[in-house]
Amino acid sequence: MRYSHASKAVVLSAALALTLSACGGGSNETAGGEGDGSYVVTANTTEPQNGLLPANTNEVGGGRVMDLIFTGLVSYDAKGAPVNELAESIETEDSQNYTIKLKAGHTFSDGSPVTAASFVDAWNFGAAAKNAQLNSYFFESIKGFDEVNKEGSKKEEMEGLKVVDDTTFTVELSQPESDFPLRLGYTAFMPLPEAAFEDPKAFGEKPIGNGPYTLTEWNHDVNLKLDVNESYDGPRKAANAGIDFKVYQSTDSAYSDLQSNNLDVLDQIPPSQLASYESDLGDRSVNSPYAGNATITIPGYLDHFKQDEEGNLRRAAISRAIDRQLIIDKVYQGGKVKADDFTAPVLEGYSADVPGSEVLDFDGAEAKKLWEQADEISKWESGDEFSVGYNVDGAGNKEYVEAVVNQLKSNLGINAVAQPFSSFKELREKVTSYKMTGAFRTGWQADYPSLYNFLGPLFGTGAGSNDGKYSSKEFDDKLAEGLSATDPAEGAKIFNEAQEILFKDLPAIPLWYQAVQGGWSENVDNVEFGWNGVPMYQQITGK
Amino acid sequence: MLSFTLKRIVQLIPVFIGATLLVYFLVFATPGNPIAALSGGKPMSPATEAALTAQYNLDKPFWVQYGLYLKNLVTLDLGTSFSGQEVRDLLARAFPVTARLAILALLIESVFGIIFGVIAGMRKGKLFDSTVLIASLLVIAVPTFVLGFLLQYVVGVKLEWAKPTVSGSATWGELILPALVLGLVSLAYVLRLTRTSIIENKTADYVRTATAKGLSRNRVVTVHILRNSLIPVVTYLGADLGALMGGAIVTEGIFNVPGVGHLLYQAIQKGETPTVVAVVGVLVIVFVIANLIVDMLYALLDPRIRYA
Repeated sequence: MRYSHASKAVVLSAALALTLSACGGGSNETAGGEGDGSYVVTANTTEPQNGLLPANTNEVGGGRVMDLIFTGLVSYDAKGAPVNELAESIETEDSQNYTIKLKAGHTFSDGSPVTAASFVDAWNFGAAAKNAQLNSYFFESIKGFDEVNKEGSKKEEMEGLKVVDDTTFTVELSQPESDFPLRLGYTAFMPLPEAAFEDPKAFGEKPIGNGPYTLTEWNHDVNLKLDVNESYDGPRKAANAGIDFKVYQSTDSAYSDLQSNNLDVLDQIPPSQLASYESDLGDRSVNSPYAGNATITIPGYLDHFKQDEEGNLRRAAISRAIDRQLIIDKVYQGGKVKADDFTAPVLEGYSADVPGSEVLDFDGAEAKKLWEQADEISKWESGDEFSVGYNVDGAGNKEYVEAVVNQLKSNLGINAVAQPFSSFKELREKVTSYKMTGAFRTGWQADYPSLYNFLGPLFGTGAGSNDGKYSSKEFDDKLAEGLSATDPAEGAKIFNEAQEILFKDLPAIPLWYQAVQGGWSENVDNVEFGWNGVPMYQQITGK
Repeated sequence: MLSFTLKRIVQLIPVFIGATLLVYFLVFATPGNPIAALSGGKPMSPATEAALTAQYNLDKPFWVQYGLYLKNLVTLDLGTSFSGQEVRDLLARAFPVTARLAILALLIESVFGIIFGVIAGMRKGKLFDSTVLIASLLVIAVPTFVLGFLLQYVVGVKLEWAKPTVSGSATWGELILPALVLGLVSLAYVLRLTRTSIIENKTADYVRTATAKGLSRNRVVTVHILRNSLIPVVTYLGADLGALMGGAIVTEGIFNVPGVGHLLYQAIQKGETPTVVAVVGVLVIVFVIANLIVDMLYALLDPRIRYA
C-alpha cells in the first residue's frame, strides 16, 4: 500500500522550524506531530446537498462537515479502525442484542447533555417514513424498522431500541450482525439534541453538534466555517484553530488556488493535472488507495448472461479480456490500483488472494477460450451487441468505459459498444427499474470500514444496491454465517469465502480500487488522508 | 414613447408564460428519475423514495405539475430545491453576483471595443488597424476556457497579482479578471462592428458637410460619425447582455464565481425543475428589458427613428 508521500525530511524541517522560531505556537496537543495550532485551515468542499441532519447526509460534501461537527459512539482512525468516542462499552453475546453504555458528562454545543435518548430519538427520526431521510435504510437491521419505514406509517419508534437509563440503551437487531458496532461511526448514527426535532429543517441549516468543531457560518454555495468546539473531549481533538471549507464548482479552480497557496488542502486533483501534480507539488501530495472501487455490472436478466453456466463463462471471459493495469496507466496515469477482490485493500480482513481471484487477471487467450465454451452452450451471433452504459455527466467515465469496450472488441472479437446516458439520473432510473439492455458502470464507496459493506448491500438477494438482480442462496448463507461470527477475524475469513462464490458468478466485474490524489499548500503540515479518502482535518496544523 | 414602453412591458407576460411552459416541459421530458439520483447509487428505502417523489409533485402528470407551479408563482413562491432551500433565496444569491459580472464585462467590451473600433476605422489599413484586426481574430478563435485558464494561471498563479478564484462576496474588484475573460470575445465583435460602421459612415455626405463647415475633427468623429455608427453596435450589446448573464457557465466555473451559470448547470443536471424554470424566467425578463432599452436608444441615436 502506497501511503503519504510526506518524507521524513519534511517532518524534520518542520520540527527544526519550530525550535528556531519562538512563535511556533503548538500549545495544543496534536495527534500527528507538532505544528502551529492557531492556524485556520482552508479546505475544498462541494455544497452539501441537503440540510445537515445525520440521516439525510449521504454525500461527501455534507458528510465531511457532519463528521467534524458531530461525534457518535465511535469514530474511525486514519486506517479505519473504530475508536470509542462517546461509547463507554458496546457489548453483545449473540451479535443480535447489544447493550450500549455512554460516557457521562458529554454535551452538545448548546449545553444540553448527550444521553441515551439523544441516540435513540435520532435513530428513530432517521428511520421514520414521514421524515423521508435518505439514509433511512441504515437502520433496517434494527428490529421494527419495517413497520416504521413503511409508506404512510404513523409509527415512529422502532421496537428494537430501548432506553435503559440516561447513559445506557439496548439495541435488538432482527438477525445477528457482527459488524453492527463497526457501522456506528457512520454519519447516520450520530445523536441529535432535542432542539433538532422541533424544526428539523431549520436545525439542518444551523446544526447543534457535539463534535470537535461547531459550524458557525454557512454561506450557501460559498463556504462553511467551522470553529473549534472547546467542550469536545475525545480522541479527535482539533490541532488547528478551525476549518474554512470553500465550495468549489470545479477541482480545476481549486487546484489553481492550491498552487498559489490560497487553499490549504485539496482532496481531489483534477483529471487534467494527474500527469503533473506530483512534480508540481512534490512532497505536498498524496496518492493512496481508499475504501472504494469501480466495477462493471452485467445484470443477470440479460440474454446470454443469465445466472447459469453460459452466463458465468461469458462474464469470466469478459473479466479476463480486460487489461486493467493498462487502462490504469494510460487513462489514469497510475491513479488507481488494480482490483484483486470485491472489497478494498484498506479494510481489516482484506485478502488479495482469495481463491478464484485470478479471474481478475488479464489473459486474452483464456478469455477467448471461455467465450468459445459459452458459445457451445448457446451461440453468440455476430449481430449481437454487448454494451457498457455510463453517464456522461461524471468526469472520466467515458474514457475508461471506452477503453474497456475497445479491449473487449479486440480481445474477444465481439461487437462491444459504449452506451452513453445523458445524466446520472437517467442511468440510475434504468438501472433501478431493471430495464438495462446491457452492462453498466457501477462502483461503491464504503460507508463504514467493513468487508460486509462491500458484499451485503450489493450482492445479497433483494438488497438495496443489488443492481444486477443477483441471487445466490449459497452466498446469502455465507453472509449470514459471517455476520453471526463473534470474532471479527473469523467473520472476515467467512466473508472472503463468500467472495469465492462471487468470483465464480461474477455478479459484478471488479476493475480497480479507488485512490485519493490530494495535495496541500506550503502553509500546513500533518496532512493525512483517512481510510475513506477524506483528509483527517482535525490533525492538520499550520507550519 | 410611454405607450410604446407600456405595450412592450405587457408583451412580457405571454413571453414569460410561454418560456416557462416550454422550459418546464423540457425539464419534465428529460429522461431519468431525479429522486433515484439523490441516493447517489446507494440504496434508498421505497418509503423514502415515495415520500420524496410526492413532496416534489413528481408523481403527478405534467399539466398538474405546471399548474401547481403557476399557482405558487402568483404568491411569489418559486418552489424549493432538492436541498430544501427556497428557489427565491437561490436566485437572490446568484443573480446579483452574475449581474455584477455581466455589467463589468459589458463595460469592458463597450468602452474598449468602441474606442479601438473608432481608431481602427479612422485609420483603415494602417498598422494599428491591422494589429487590432489580427488580435481580435485571435480572441474570437480561441475558446473561452483556454483564455480563462491561461489568464488565471498567468495572473493568479504565476504573477500572483490577483487570487486565482473570487471570494464568496465576489466584489467588483475581484470580478475584473473574470469579466475580462467573459467580455473579451464580445469586445472583439464590438470592435469589428464599430470599425466597419465607421468606415461606412466616414465618407457619408453629412460628414463632408460637417468638415466643410469647419467643425473640429474631434467633433466630427464623435458626434457625426460615431453617433450614426452606433446603431448596430447597440443592437449587439443589448442582445449580448442577456447572453452574458445566462451564458457565463464556463467563466464562472474557472474563477469559481457563485453565480447563475453554476446554479443553472447544477439544476439541469439534477433535474430540479423549479430552479431551472425560475432562472430561465428571470433571464427572459432580462432579455426583453435589455431589448427594450436598445429600442429606446435607437431613438436617441437617430432622431429619424420615432416611437408613437
